[in-house]
Amino acid sequence: MSANTDAVLYDHPGPRAKVRNTALTIVFGIGLLLVLWWIYRKFDAKGQWAGPLWHPFVEGSTWTSYILPGLWSTVSAAAVAMVFSLIFGIVFAVGRLSDHRWLSVPSGVVVEFFRAVPLLLMMFFIFFGIPFLTEEPMPPFWAVVLGLTFYNGSVLAEAFRAGIRAVPTGQSEAGYAIGMRKNQVMREILIPQAARAMLPVIVSQLVVLVKDTALGYIIGYTELLQDGVNTVGANFGNVVAAAIVAAIIYIILNASLTFFAGVLERRTRRSGRAPRASAGPAPATVNATPETL
Amino acid sequence: MDVFTDSANIDTYVTGFLWILKLTAAGAVGALVLGVLLAAMRVSPVPVLRGFGTAWVNIFRNTPLTLIVFFCYFGLYSALGFELSDDIDTNNYWLGVVGLSVYTAAFVCEAIRSGINTVPVGQAEAARAIGMSFLQTLTLIVLPQAARAVVAPLGSTFIALAKNATIVGTIGLMESSTAMKDLINANGDAVIPIFLVFAGTFAIVLIPTGYLFGWLANRLAVKR
Repeated sequence: MSANTDAVLYDHPGPRAKVRNTALTIVFGIGLLLVLWWIYRKFDAKGQWAGPLWHPFVEGSTWTSYILPGLWSTVSAAAVAMVFSLIFGIVFAVGRLSDHRWLSVPSGVVVEFFRAVPLLLMMFFIFFGIPFLTEEPMPPFWAVVLGLTFYNGSVLAEAFRAGIRAVPTGQSEAGYAIGMRKNQVMREILIPQAARAMLPVIVSQLVVLVKDTALGYIIGYTELLQDGVNTVGANFGNVVAAAIVAAIIYIILNASLTFFAGVLERRTRRSGRAPRASAGPAPATVNATPETL
Repeated sequence: MDVFTDSANIDTYVTGFLWILKLTAAGAVGALVLGVLLAAMRVSPVPVLRGFGTAWVNIFRNTPLTLIVFFCYFGLYSALGFELSDDIDTNNYWLGVVGLSVYTAAFVCEAIRSGINTVPVGQAEAARAIGMSFLQTLTLIVLPQAARAVVAPLGSTFIALAKNATIVGTIGLMESSTAMKDLINANGDAVIPIFLVFAGTFAIVLIPTGYLFGWLANRLAVKR
């Protein structure tokens, strides 16, 4: 069906349908209001609306000493992990597409393994396990970034592989025809075209990265959840209020990333660079699956 | 190197994975029920329902699951006093299931909506032409056909759910990731085998599951 499903599933409402829809609207609306009222009363009974709990959020110091540094840690970890994930993704996508078995099989094993292991397990291993091997403490920032890189790099590797496969075969044939080597065709013809077509997927993967940095608080990385919710909540006794504020920040950040990915997708489609129907396993659609958190 | 000859450690490992299985099963049921409801709301003729579904998806899809699970414990349970069971572990388990369900439901809803989009418009038009109502069109004509196209995205959603279940460890449930952390801290000489056993278990279960869903999706796909 077209993107416009809603207009197809039901007729233009006649008088009876209009009455029914209005009735449904009113019933559901009242139900929703009752639920909200009940939540409000619950909060009220526990004193969650008390001024002192919400007051910290109108004071600059709360923002400058907790929330903004936490947000900065979240964004910087996501950005650094994104750069590494891109490199990891390209290397392993090309490795998996290689004609040499000694290269493609291990690449496939690595990608499949890291996609199947929960990110938290990975971070725990890097943070608590690696120090036993190296005798060096592992900074939480790097534990978060490395964990994110292995996982999201593998996800991106699969996306790139689908993208490279989706480049019309005529492109690589033309490359071979003018005497390019396989390596040159991959480097100069296929990867640049695939990368451009994959831009929207890369941006929507950023949403996953931003959400996953929140796991860092479990190993003591002071990101938004740790600074903005745990610390603020502990200092002012307003964990519910702090969690709501932090959630709003996450939602604004991620919704704008999703919107940006949508804009990019429309642009690539308009300029005719979008990949054709992709071959191989499930194509990476924008935000279709909760790649983890 | 004989970490896994100690019966207490094996116990920790088994208990951890049992929690993951229980969380995944209960979370999947909750997310599926909620997700189908949300998807029906999002394609319904009633604007308030559509708005509610859209709001739900946008709120929960863009919030980290870690924050949601955290809120379930410190918000719902500590601050607001929701108690789902007297037993501390069972209580944490159900709080975790609530968090996993509301989060995953948003993704289930989107997967189903994308499946609805694969059904040719003519099907719904034909249903309306013979006088079916919205609910009949949806439940008898569109959803059964959409179900085939939904297998692959739903499969990835549930695989992600199984991995996400580890996050419930943050609110004090001894699931696999917490179990692994404890074993590593107690047996610094066997870090690699411990990791390989825990990660390997996930890989051995989830990789074939992924291929199974892929195969199933291919088999059920409507060849248009």
